[in-house]
Amino acid sequence: MNKQKIEKIKEKLRNSSIGIAGLGGLGSNAAVTLARTGLGRLVLVDYDVVEKSNLNRQYYFLDQVGMKKTDALKENITRINPDVIVETHDLKLIKGAMDGFFKDVDVVIEALDNAEIKTAFIEEIMLKHPDKPIVGASGVAGYGHSDRVQTIKSGNLYMCYDEHARSSDDDVLMAPRVCLMANWEANLAIEILLGEDK
Amino acid sequence: MIEVNSRKVEWVENETIVQLLKRMKYTFPLVVVKINAKVVPRKDFSKTIIPDDSKVAVIHMISGG
Repeated sequence: MNKQKIEKIKEKLRNSSIGIAGLGGLGSNAAVTLARTGLGRLVLVDYDVVEKSNLNRQYYFLDQVGMKKTDALKENITRINPDVIVETHDLKLIKGAMDGFFKDVDVVIEALDNAEIKTAFIEEIMLKHPDKPIVGASGVAGYGHSDRVQTIKSGNLYMCYDEHARSSDDDVLMAPRVCLMANWEANLAIEILLGEDK
Repeated sequence: MIEVNSRKVEWVENETIVQLLKRMKYTFPLVVVKINAKVVPRKDFSKTIIPDDSKVAVIHMISGG
């Protein structure tokens, strides 16, 4: 093992921050996996509460049903890695003012569910903060077809993308594929922070 | 010539994003469009003309998360 590389990565991640919009299947799993890397700070935004129907794919527990997702996820992250600074905002993102909490993070992860809100969020971050790297996901629903998922990069936008997937209005959301995409987003965010692993 | 998602496509003078999406038979209800790495807000799709030699990225946003 290359100790020098490990130390360099640790230090870089400790001094880095990632903001996540939406704490459902994508956001909750991405946040937990990022906390495990030793990231310094997470900014988590969601207005929802944990429901029993979320447990088939989201990083919450049965005894957290009814809790605010921001509180529940902070609790889960702290149980894994108490060194991560977890900043939470329990509110709905409103068009025109979606970027506020993400101004000072190094990378933004779009982890929203509805296509219209996803589009609005990505547009707004890119228009207001053209230099900010943003990672998004599109085509999460269904199962199988892992090989169809790809990264599409356009400037500072990195999309975890399966253009052949159906909308979640017409297809199932299942943990394996949702977590695949969530971790794909987290992995992209790490790559943006650290540079390509050579 | 322009490039749309890395595909070479004939350039059409005075063509808007809405017209290009129609010509490409993109029927997705929600897309993020970038022209030469610059994002174009959705409300401007019908008035934004695509210059010759542009690189256009059309990203289809699908619900689920």
